[in-house]
Amino acid sequence: MAFEPKIVGFLCNWCSYTGADLAGVSRIKSAPNMRIIRTMCSGRVDPAFILKAFQLGADGVVVMGCHLGDCHYQEGNYKTIRRIPFLKKLIEQFGIDPRRLRLEWVSASEGDRFAEVVNEFTQEMRTLGPLKLPVHELMGKNGERAKHAVHE
Amino acid sequence: MKHIKIDPITRLEGHGKIDIFLNDAGEVANTYFQIPELRGFEQFCVGRPVEEMPRITTRICGVCPEAHHMASVKACDAVFHVEVPPTGKKLRQLLYNTFYAGDHTLHFYALGGPDFVVGPDAPAAERNILGVVKKVGLEVGGKVIEMRKRTQEVIKMIGGKQTHQVTSLPGGISKGITEEERKQIEQHCIWFVEFGKFTQQVFNDIVLKNKAYVDLILSDSYNLKIYSMGLVDEKNRVNFYDGKVRVKDPDGNELVKYSPNEYLENVAEHVEPWTYLKFPFLKKVGWKGFVEGKQSGIYHATPLSRLNAADGMPTPLAQAEYEKMYSTLGGKPVHAMLATHWARIIELLSAAEMALDLARDPEITGTHFRNIPTATPTEGVGIVEAPRGTLTHHYTTDEKGILTKVNLIVGTTNNYAPISMSIGKAARGLIKRGTEVSDGVLNMIEMAFRSYDPCFGCATHAFTGRHALEVRIFDSSGELVQKVTRS
Amino acid sequence: MAKPRLALYWAASCGGCEIAVLDVQEKILDIANAFDIVFWPVAMDFKYDDVRRMDDKSIDICLFNGAIRNSENNEIAELLRKKSKVLVAFGSCSMEGGIPGLANLTTKDDILKFVYKDSPSTVSTNGGTYPQTHTKMPEGEIEIPEMWDTVKSLDQVVDVEYYIPGCPPQPEQIWNVVSYILSGQPLPPSGAILGAGEKSCCDECTRTKSEKKLKQFYRPFEIQAKPDECLLEQGIVCMGPATRDGCGALCPKAGMPCRGCYGPPPNVSDQGAKMISALSSVIDAHEADEIDRILNQIADPIGTFYRFSLAHSLLRRVDKHETH
Ligand code: SF4
Ligand code: SF4
Ligand code: SF4
Ligand code: FES
Repeated sequence: MAFEPKIVGFLCNWCSYTGADLAGVSRIKSAPNMRIIRTMCSGRVDPAFILKAFQLGADGVVVMGCHLGDCHYQEGNYKTIRRIPFLKKLIEQFGIDPRRLRLEWVSASEGDRFAEVVNEFTQEMRTLGPLKLPVHELMGKNGERAKHAVHE
Repeated sequence: MKHIKIDPITRLEGHGKIDIFLNDAGEVANTYFQIPELRGFEQFCVGRPVEEMPRITTRICGVCPEAHHMASVKACDAVFHVEVPPTGKKLRQLLYNTFYAGDHTLHFYALGGPDFVVGPDAPAAERNILGVVKKVGLEVGGKVIEMRKRTQEVIKMIGGKQTHQVTSLPGGISKGITEEERKQIEQHCIWFVEFGKFTQQVFNDIVLKNKAYVDLILSDSYNLKIYSMGLVDEKNRVNFYDGKVRVKDPDGNELVKYSPNEYLENVAEHVEPWTYLKFPFLKKVGWKGFVEGKQSGIYHATPLSRLNAADGMPTPLAQAEYEKMYSTLGGKPVHAMLATHWARIIELLSAAEMALDLARDPEITGTHFRNIPTATPTEGVGIVEAPRGTLTHHYTTDEKGILTKVNLIVGTTNNYAPISMSIGKAARGLIKRGTEVSDGVLNMIEMAFRSYDPCFGCATHAFTGRHALEVRIFDSSGELVQKVTRS
Repeated sequence: MAKPRLALYWAASCGGCEIAVLDVQEKILDIANAFDIVFWPVAMDFKYDDVRRMDDKSIDICLFNGAIRNSENNEIAELLRKKSKVLVAFGSCSMEGGIPGLANLTTKDDILKFVYKDSPSTVSTNGGTYPQTHTKMPEGEIEIPEMWDTVKSLDQVVDVEYYIPGCPPQPEQIWNVVSYILSGQPLPPSGAILGAGEKSCCDECTRTKSEKKLKQFYRPFEIQAKPDECLLEQGIVCMGPATRDGCGALCPKAGMPCRGCYGPPPNVSDQGAKMISALSSVIDAHEADEIDRILNQIADPIGTFYRFSLAHSLLRRVDKHETH
């Protein structure tokens, strides 16, 4: 069977999430690979969420937010445009191709753009192939534990 | 064939293990001193910014982080081609000499010294600092604790943390000291010198006045004719922080005196498959196996070897004691490895005197303690004398100062071959056909490696001062036939 | 009442944690008096076999320092878990891998290859001699433990009740924990972090903060920092915001940035992720190019943000396949 990437999409409630909805309602075809997580703002996407997604087996992660200037919380997406390139540098050091993390601006009216992003990203992840990280194996082995709750 | 295992004898970048093999006649066939751990600093530091190294490599050893901090920052100075202003250099040296005085104190009172002070034949349970207290008097325990406390205070004041210092960085040090702090430090240093004299007295009264002890020091089982290495200043006097590495042959002639950046022409490392630690040797002489003599490249880098390699001490009290040691033990060089304890006390005294001089130096409170590097970083070697041996850090970076190559030759590593040989020699001398391997025999074997203070880290500094020792004897089929433990 | 039975052990450790215990100075005697020390290889004559013979759960408290780096460390961790009622991960290495955990930036094979073959001072004979777990010598076979590819924290191999952070834990904090235990008060719930605060290193740092935004970062060697202002606001990457309080902000006090040895602050699972958030909010740029220019001034994010916690981070180690 051909490889089908697992993609996690963090979508801002005010724009991209609605955009995704619109794509659905308008029956614009988009790849079914993305699991959508709705957040109140792209700025609410803690860098730990993204690392966690990779830890749990995502082959790619997309963050979608309102266009610059349109954020409901004014500054939220400005935080995002600094975090994502920063995270790309970090995951590259971890040995993950930085193309596996993408940031896109998709407004509520851009259903077609949403579909385009999803399709294109899914295609790119298909080309990159499955992401196999050592952490997946470390957590899977018997007796091994994935403890992170301790510091929380 | 019998197989004796001493496990765990404790640490050096991990824990150590001694295996002694007896042949069918019950004599020692061979001994192996194994280091079961490797951390991989050299590889995982590649990619790190070079200026972080003085803060990363401290974690090679929590007993002598000061030594790594200094060797590392000196390598960084070299990488950036930057001169350290006098105040910065003196602050580093003040910290370093203070550390030396404290470190040698603990070794003498807690680990190595008890063998002599309490006596080599005393029950093992008494050969620790508590035994020393019993013999020398209650005040000695308090003094040792106070010495440690005072040295730690000075180290924290200059280094930022008492363990794993943080302040040295390429070109100098991150902060200076105030006149107020200097005064406190000076008081501590006065105390260090007094303590050094007191320790010298203890050694004189208890060890040197006892002929049996002196004979033991000079006995053949503890003698090893090998090369001596040590850092010397421009007048060929012992220096812990700076200078050139001088090597003398077993007859006392200079083989070489090299600058840090020439270490690769002079020292190489041999690999054995049964241990994680490598065996350094003198490249110009070559690795000939575990053998003594001028034709074998094995050397030691210890308090004794430093004294052997130098022409004298930089301070007056230490110089007087230095002369006394060589005249008592029959001239230079001394090959009696147990004399390392004496040499250690001479160094303690010297470190204390140096620290006091520095604390009184008018430049020590200067405000120009750092030069900001401007040259493009390239490559550099930093060498200091760690208490347990010449410590070499060698870094290569890209033009941004990101490490591309790291090579380290760590203090005790220098002495890995001599320690192994001393253990073998002591074992051969003591375990004879038909000898029951007793607690006493183990102690004598232990004494052989203890003289090197081989950074069995905490063991060295534990307040009861004993490390775990257990000998298991296996017959040739692997059956456990005898077991000796200390209690 | 019988004295509580105490054990101390080191695994892949530098010894600094043990030194820190001794650095409670005169109080070491109080510790020696208050506890029955049943196992402490650095100080006393007890062997692994003595521990094996103990009844299960017969050690009241075991302070375990050092990371899990080889088969021997792991074996003793399991043994002490079985014998101890309360197992404490003591120090950064044990709690989160510490500096030895930086080995997760590379691989065992690369480490061995450099150390025994490529290192410029090493003489490599017949294509390289490498340490073997079992070696047949003429006199018999000798063994050394097997080194692991991935360094682990203690809680990744056995259950742990408490954590005492720090590299090393500061002696005053060690004493705080010991005196709390001795006071007989009920122990905190399992999983608690002892000997540290509930805020961040910045909270106990006395340098002044002024909500400054940054266009330029410096590496510590590049500038002489002003003595009283927040180092981060002077452009020096300081791990204070992503680090738990407890040490007294020792490093910033000495003019050097924090490197995070007290581990992540409460409610943070990953120090690197937290640091990216913190830095992203102080960078003063809105354009992609400008952001990129500023980010490029931050050297080695992974080795700085996870200086002590890589082995316990969400991703745990570097992968050498995809980008190698
Ligand atoms: S936590 Fe720090 S002090 Fe403790 S063992 Fe690890 S490196 Fe050493
Ligand atoms: S960032 Fe560093 S210097 Fe600034 S307040 Fe926090 S700990 Fe202090
Ligand atoms: S300031 Fe940071 S790195 Fe320094 S001791 Fe405190 S927690 Fe550790
Ligand atoms: S509300 Fe959509 S990005 Fe902030």
